[in-house]
Amino acid sequence: MTIMETRKHGDAADGMVGGRFSRLDGKLKTTGGATYALEQPVKNLVHAVLVQSTIAAGRVVAVDAGKAKAAPGVLSVFTPEDDLGLLVASDWFGNRPDNQPFHPLPREVSFNGQAIAAVVAETLEQATEAAKLVKVSYEETQPVTGLDDPNAGEGRLVDMLSVGWGDAEAAYAAADIRIEAEYRTPREYHVPIEPHGLTVKWEGDFLTVWEPSQWTHGMARTYAEWFNIPADNVRIVSPFIGGGFGSKAMGYTYSAVAAAAARKLGRPVKLAVTRPQTFTAYGGRAATRQTIRIGATKDGVLQAIVHRGASETSVLADFPEQTGAATPLLYAVPNLSTQHRLVPVNTVTPGALRAPGKNPSAFGLESAIEELSYAIGMDPLELRLRNYADHDYQSGKPWSTRQLREALTVGAEVFGWSKRSHEPRSMRDGRQLVGWGIGCGTFPVLKAASEALIRILGDGSVEVVSGAIDMGQGTYTILAQTAAEVLGVPAEQVDVKLGDSSLPGATVAGGSMLAGAITGAVHKAATAARDELIGLALNDSNSPFRDTGANTLVIADGRISVPRGEGPSLTLAELMSAIGRDRIETQRNTLPEGANGPEDHKRSWTTMANIEGPTAGDLSMHSWCAHFVEVKVDEDFGTVRVSRVVSAFDCGRIYNPKLAESQWRGGIIMGIGQALLEEGLIDERFGRVINNNMGDYLVPTNADIPHIQVISVGIPDHDASVLGGKGVGEVGIVGVAPAIANAVFHATGKRVRDLPITLEKLI
Amino acid sequence: MRDFSYFRAASTEEASRATLDAGAMLLAGGTTLLDLAKCGVTEPDTLVDITHLAGLGDMTVDANGATIGALAKMGEVADHPGVKAAFPAVAQSLSLAASAQLRNMATIGGNLLQRTRCSYFREPGVFPACNKRNPGSGCSAIGGVTRNHAVLGTSRACIAVNPGDLAVALVAFDAYVEMGRRRVAIEDFYMLPGETPDWETVLKKGEIITGIAIPASPAAKNSTYLKVRDRQSYEFAAASAAVGIEFEADGKTVRDIRVALGGVATRPWRARAVEQSLIGTVLNVEAVEKASRLSVEGAVSHGGNRYKIELAPRVVARAILTMGGLA
Ligand SMILES: Cc1cc2nc3c(=O)[nH]c(=O)nc-3n(C[C@H](O)[C@H](O)[C@H](O)COP(=O)(O)OP(=O)(O)OC[C@H]3O[C@@H](n4cnc5c(N)ncnc54)[C@H](O)[C@@H]3O)c2cc1C
Ligand code: SF4
Repeated sequence: MTIMETRKHGDAADGMVGGRFSRLDGKLKTTGGATYALEQPVKNLVHAVLVQSTIAAGRVVAVDAGKAKAAPGVLSVFTPEDDLGLLVASDWFGNRPDNQPFHPLPREVSFNGQAIAAVVAETLEQATEAAKLVKVSYEETQPVTGLDDPNAGEGRLVDMLSVGWGDAEAAYAAADIRIEAEYRTPREYHVPIEPHGLTVKWEGDFLTVWEPSQWTHGMARTYAEWFNIPADNVRIVSPFIGGGFGSKAMGYTYSAVAAAAARKLGRPVKLAVTRPQTFTAYGGRAATRQTIRIGATKDGVLQAIVHRGASETSVLADFPEQTGAATPLLYAVPNLSTQHRLVPVNTVTPGALRAPGKNPSAFGLESAIEELSYAIGMDPLELRLRNYADHDYQSGKPWSTRQLREALTVGAEVFGWSKRSHEPRSMRDGRQLVGWGIGCGTFPVLKAASEALIRILGDGSVEVVSGAIDMGQGTYTILAQTAAEVLGVPAEQVDVKLGDSSLPGATVAGGSMLAGAITGAVHKAATAARDELIGLALNDSNSPFRDTGANTLVIADGRISVPRGEGPSLTLAELMSAIGRDRIETQRNTLPEGANGPEDHKRSWTTMANIEGPTAGDLSMHSWCAHFVEVKVDEDFGTVRVSRVVSAFDCGRIYNPKLAESQWRGGIIMGIGQALLEEGLIDERFGRVINNNMGDYLVPTNADIPHIQVISVGIPDHDASVLGGKGVGEVGIVGVAPAIANAVFHATGKRVRDLPITLEKLI
Repeated sequence: MRDFSYFRAASTEEASRATLDAGAMLLAGGTTLLDLAKCGVTEPDTLVDITHLAGLGDMTVDANGATIGALAKMGEVADHPGVKAAFPAVAQSLSLAASAQLRNMATIGGNLLQRTRCSYFREPGVFPACNKRNPGSGCSAIGGVTRNHAVLGTSRACIAVNPGDLAVALVAFDAYVEMGRRRVAIEDFYMLPGETPDWETVLKKGEIITGIAIPASPAAKNSTYLKVRDRQSYEFAAASAAVGIEFEADGKTVRDIRVALGGVATRPWRARAVEQSLIGTVLNVEAVEKASRLSVEGAVSHGGNRYKIELAPRVVARAILTMGGLA
């Protein structure tokens, strides 16, 4: 493999890896040229509309669909009475019970807003109206509506998530300074701009699904297993995705309903989940609570962290939102213990939402650290630097790269942290109280294999082909850059085809790992293509290079020539024509030799079982960041406005700073929403989220977002990925909410430990 | 599918006649109507489109005051130089409402008739009990999530907030709602929920709002609309206040003061007790804060909305202090 010279990020003016390239799909999206799943022009289409439960627990006694069936245009009403003939599919790790029937429209109701029926009609309007006519009668039982429900209990300890070293309890008890507090985060939702839904079409035993997908191969497997058909019979098509944030990486019950309806009716079906339905059609971030105790010396040296957390899950499945995920990683601490409990409640099974675990975990820890800083009267920046972890205390391994110290110092410098006065309520801007706070974040480097195909075509253009996806994070663009760099052609000459499970395999676009995985595969395939082309150029009897005596050639700016320029120089198209080839095709994956058979492919592309964690090797690998936030608080009204953000990131080498910065800013904006606005309001009488629309579930508007300065302090980390990058997409949100809560405390002297920080908590 | 017919009225009279039919509704900007139709709250059989009626969108502002046609757009009124000069609070109440897109669509007439944002009202398939939607069925909000419910003017039957901003400013400055020849003071236009929360205004079947008239006054000219909410933009008020003050020739003593509250009451809420206690006085912070507390006299909390009782007087006080040059 050719070793690429690493460039410092952002200094490449040629548009190759490291260059500030605009999104290749940007124009298509902004001009309406990108076709999304629900816009697919499929002939003979019918429309399915879901009916969701209006109770949180119990069973469906009867569904009276008479009126709905009689309504104009209605083709069918599916209810718990119907056996859709489906089987339970594998979980994310490929585990699957044998022949267990799957009822996506169940009789047992386990949360309010659960899909229990679906109406299919010729038009969306007919189906929508008929869905209102479906009458469901229930036998209700007492639901458990959330962590605070008296019947919720303290939950079940998840042993796998217990981490500890030293004697944390004893060290805490013996510490000079002890702080203890409970932190909470509410249910939060992805609310991507493109709501969920799908268009499905059967041709015989072959199923095509147009559905926004963060993982085409994994989802194709799920459908194949539901319907007990060969995996190759399913094709998931997802070239464009209007935001996923973790919510589009699996098939949901409504997906199964749509596909089953299409099969029963022999017609393609479109099912659009309405915005209100999205709040319970799949899970958002689980509500959490965690107690943190920190013991320290008087001069701020950490002695112990004792962490006890819990998150809610559904009564159907376990999905821990790991409140201890960041706790062991951020600081040097000789004694630590964290535990996490799962509390089943009557909710939709929670899901992954940008930086699952790390996010609420950092809210607790980074709030607590600043609580300590006030308890001992030490600048919170100094406190963090004083307890800087020079290695991973949890695994005992050295960091691969950790530029968190640089993030803290550079961020502080740019922010002007030294001008801060430490006392709460000591900074003002007219009537407004001003506060500054810090929040650090971390996200692990996850590694997975992927596969890509490179084609050099007769006209000298290059195609990159993979089933990986681009949900807005920039896969199209960085893959064009990667291939262009290896093949020495301008990035404009590269065409990238993604988002289709019939294309070469790729891991899930989750855990911030796709960029590292898929650039590795593209790099490998492109290198092979280049080597093949050069080989042909040197050896083909019709090649003008054959007699130059050169033993290698260089390709740059789309031309191939002899090193040092003596001899012919051809465009790729000229060379292809000279050697009489209309294409050179190489497909490569990054699986190790010896584990590269069909079963390995299936396991790698369609399950998460082969994903390597941050400490799988000899090192501990993570992305890091430090956020510096200024807020202004109108104390009379309790309103908080974020007026300035400076965030410094260590995500290793940055393949495209423009896109990375946009990911970071996006994460920070989501963090501002999480800190100040976002909360699923649950009516405890019914266990129902009642602000299930964008008028009532508030996310930040432009007016809420100040200038956000993001800085990269990373250095290439070739242990983390082939090209030296670490994950970019998720770390940006981690640490934002505590930075804001810390700033609010600094401004007002009021510590808000339960998100969001809405005005009634401050007046 | 719900079929409905669409009828484009050629004159106000024709529109008026058409809406006498049960199930007929006027369509102006449609931003409330279509929203509620999608929620299943309104199910009109006939939409009577009045947006093409000539003359109903006119605006004039002169020394006597402003007359604004019912079809004038929120955005147009907010940007109208005459309105901004003579009635700053009115212009601000509009520019701080909704979003730019909505303000470009929505009309003044429709704005006055916007419905509550009570979540229980808006999900009929889930919460059958709602006296406003379905008289006598009960109130799902009481005992539920009431963060955005009213603390003033509530009844056993309904605690829903009237969420509009414009009407608050209009109530402060004694505007009139014009329905052809009939003219009603805006305070009398809105009704308290009492036992009949479904009955929100005195508008009669077949009546059309043709416009509003706002009498000019020194207090209106020296006015402000203060809207407080968690999100900086595009959110209804947690609490708001329209305040206008006229000072005596000494520039200090209050000759006339108008105070109205939004976001906290079942209808736009004029706070006369606050006004009375400040007329004839020279404003100072303490007196203003004390007087402002009178704005929530009789307020009742339902749990989640308790903060409004604390917040509303602070918003009133800040608005008064701002106009008095003390904030
Ligand atoms: C997301 C969102 C946010 C919003 N935020 C705010 C906010 O912050 N502050 C605020 O004040 N408002 C807000 N609004 C409400 C908005 O201002 C109203 O929807 C709008 O003003 C209604 O005007 P329209 O012309 O669209 O009315 P329409 O929807 O056309 O009509 C509303 C009602 O009035 C009737 N009607 C219309 N015109 C007349 C007439 N001339 N005579 C008699 N009856 C008539 C209709 O039959 C209908 O019942 C918001 C709305 C939305 C959807
Ligand atoms: S508060 Fe009023 S609108 Fe809301 S549910 Fe009760 S009756 Fe209906």
